[in-house]
Amino acid sequence: MNRLLTCLAAASLLAAPALAQQEESTAPYAYRQLDDPAAEAKAQGLMETLRCLQCQGQSIADSDAPIAGSMRSLVRERIAAGESPEAIRGWLIRRYGDYVSYAPRVTSLTWPLFAVPAALMLLAFLLLRKRFRRGTADMAGDDA
Amino acid sequence: MMAELGLAALWLAAALAGLQLVAGALALTTRGASLGAIVRPVAFVQGLLALLAFLCLIWVFAQTDLSVKLVALNSHSLKPLIFKIAGAWGNHEGSMLLWVTVMGLAGGFVALVERRLPEPTMLATLAGQAFVSLGFYAFLLMASNPFERLNPVPVEGNGLNPLLQDLGLAFHPPTLYLGYVGLSIAFSFAIGALVTRQVGPEFARAMRPWVLGAWIFLTLGITAGSYWAYYELGWGGWWFWDPVENASLMPWLAATALLHSAGVLAARDALRAWTVMLGVVAFSMSMIGTFLVRSGILTSVHAFAVDPQRGSFILALLAINIGGALTLFALRAATVTEGQRFAVVSREGALVVNNVMLTAILGIVLFGTLYPLFAEAMGAKVSVGPPYFNPMGALFAVPMLVVMAVGPVLRWRRDTLERNGKALALPAMVAVVGIGALVLIGGVPLLPLLGLSLGVALIPASVLPLRDRDLRRTPLPIWGMVLAHLGVGVALIGMGSESAFSVEKLVAVHKGETTHVGPWSVTLADIEPVAGPNWTALEGVLQVSRGKADPVILRPQSRNFWAPPQQTAESALLTRWNGQLYAVLGGEAPGAIAGGPGDGRWQLRLWWKPFVPLIWLGGVLIALGGVLALLGRVAADLRRIILRDKIAYRRERQGR
Repeated sequence: MNRLLTCLAAASLLAAPALAQQEESTAPYAYRQLDDPAAEAKAQGLMETLRCLQCQGQSIADSDAPIAGSMRSLVRERIAAGESPEAIRGWLIRRYGDYVSYAPRVTSLTWPLFAVPAALMLLAFLLLRKRFRRGTADMAGDDA
Repeated sequence: MMAELGLAALWLAAALAGLQLVAGALALTTRGASLGAIVRPVAFVQGLLALLAFLCLIWVFAQTDLSVKLVALNSHSLKPLIFKIAGAWGNHEGSMLLWVTVMGLAGGFVALVERRLPEPTMLATLAGQAFVSLGFYAFLLMASNPFERLNPVPVEGNGLNPLLQDLGLAFHPPTLYLGYVGLSIAFSFAIGALVTRQVGPEFARAMRPWVLGAWIFLTLGITAGSYWAYYELGWGGWWFWDPVENASLMPWLAATALLHSAGVLAARDALRAWTVMLGVVAFSMSMIGTFLVRSGILTSVHAFAVDPQRGSFILALLAINIGGALTLFALRAATVTEGQRFAVVSREGALVVNNVMLTAILGIVLFGTLYPLFAEAMGAKVSVGPPYFNPMGALFAVPMLVVMAVGPVLRWRRDTLERNGKALALPAMVAVVGIGALVLIGGVPLLPLLGLSLGVALIPASVLPLRDRDLRRTPLPIWGMVLAHLGVGVALIGMGSESAFSVEKLVAVHKGETTHVGPWSVTLADIEPVAGPNWTALEGVLQVSRGKADPVILRPQSRNFWAPPQQTAESALLTRWNGQLYAVLGGEAPGAIAGGPGDGRWQLRLWWKPFVPLIWLGGVLIALGGVLALLGRVAADLRRIILRDKIAYRRERQGR
């Protein structure tokens, strides 16, 4: 819950109404959906996983900050032009760095993020197996 | 005057906490045994003094005494009284004072009523509680004194962040804190039991009401926070995997696991070491959550503290408390035997799976939340968000939910699936039909599909434990379990439905123009200016109707606060049995020519979210289940205490 606040503060300080209008006119799709529902759904899916760089912990799909509006417009325009969501994500990452995407890629830095769930899986499996193997053996012993 | 009184009370409380720690620890030795008698009274008075300090803080906030620095920084004379009072804990210092107050009161209460455990265990428990409190007192008095005076006195205060000026949010932090601090009692019991090596069913029974209470508050706190984010932020999202949200989710996950393993320990004397471990982990998660939120490390609005001194202080506290507890655990774990055995297919077996899965989810949330901080320390910024947490969490949540449907009908110790096959056939069929129907509809992503079908299957499955029971004689805790599990099913349906079936509409309309979202038609009838106590707003008058029904009026606002200056969008919600219509008024739409004047159209953001209220209804049901279980446990305890007193009284009379 939280985050928005800084963002809104920033937005409201920077974006006096006139400024907001300018912002919106350079970003026509900030508050406008694409006409094709399939394309809009694609755009929405991508926007929900992109970070608003001006806010803390918010996606561009739920922010009033001007930069989020510009990015939404950019995403929608590019989707409308036929680009794939992953291509757009790649372009944004090249431009703004990994920080912009909420979906971490597997890199030399982020591999532990993916190793940990696997390790937890293994650990859970081993724990349960150990517990139940011994438990079952004892129970069988009880019955004998 | 009041500020000085509060500060004095705080110092005294801290001194008593020190006395409580020393006396409690010495009383465990043979030479210091006589000190044991003062520990309980000291714990009680310490709680009262902390309460006095907190009341003083509320007083200065209610009076808007601007000579107190904290008030000047966070309050404003024009604020409504309720938000002045809420402002007392809506900031770093005040919330830490609330923390020690609740902790002191809880400790005092334990000291007053808990007589089940052997006295040495109680002394160790209270000493442990004092140790943790002492750290927080030191933090308050040295690094964040809430009663600091300001000279010269400012003419007016800074005000409270408008987004926080909302009733829901005024009571959201204290609710979570009650949860966090309730877990501190569980932590202290775990420490006490480890020190005296008394880990058994009695320990679990003494700890359980506290875990239950904490868990109820955490559940409510998270539910309320999620709903607040949903209606206040104005974009219809209800969970963002934001670090601050995760900070509240992690203690909840640990508390949920602890609750279930304490149940096993109390009923079957199994899972001893594991339960103690979870007791330590649960409070550690509360402290990590507090650290994340309070240290400023996340730089979000919840992180009011930007002072690194505070961050390092909390980090040191964290290291001492968690490190110390884990060391103690490592030293004593070998002497805590595992307890009774059980088979794979048994109630205990299902609960072990639940515990392991919850802990794994906790591991993922913890790691995913902290990793970006590590990465940043290594010089690279990465973001970890929903695309990571959702699938990784589901990896463990899905098997856990399947086991949750089965577990409650199993018998303790050992059972067979064949015996329960018939009963479980219904939920299984519901799940299969659900999956089939959703696949036929098409376009539903995998996770919402799983959530929806598991949710509908959980509803019949959760009431299964009531079959073959005389409902009038069914104990309250069983009802609590049924209700809480039902709540999980209900919440899952809400989450799945919201993700899969929400309809969004962003439009710019003239006055009088009609637009459509889902089954609704929405007409912008008018735009009116309105004013509140510390804001002005533009209010959209929306006539909304479905089919031929009479229109209903919705009034979303775009508010401008002036202290501090900030804009917020107040959404308007229309709740129907099958969903919610969500309306937000944006600004005036820009004109067709760049930079030109507006053309009189207004931005509207509209959503139709089928069954979305079920998310929070489910959360409330879960908490209500907890309340029933707590009532049942406490009533049973009371009956036992009364019985014991009666027996003692008779003995005394006969002896005379």
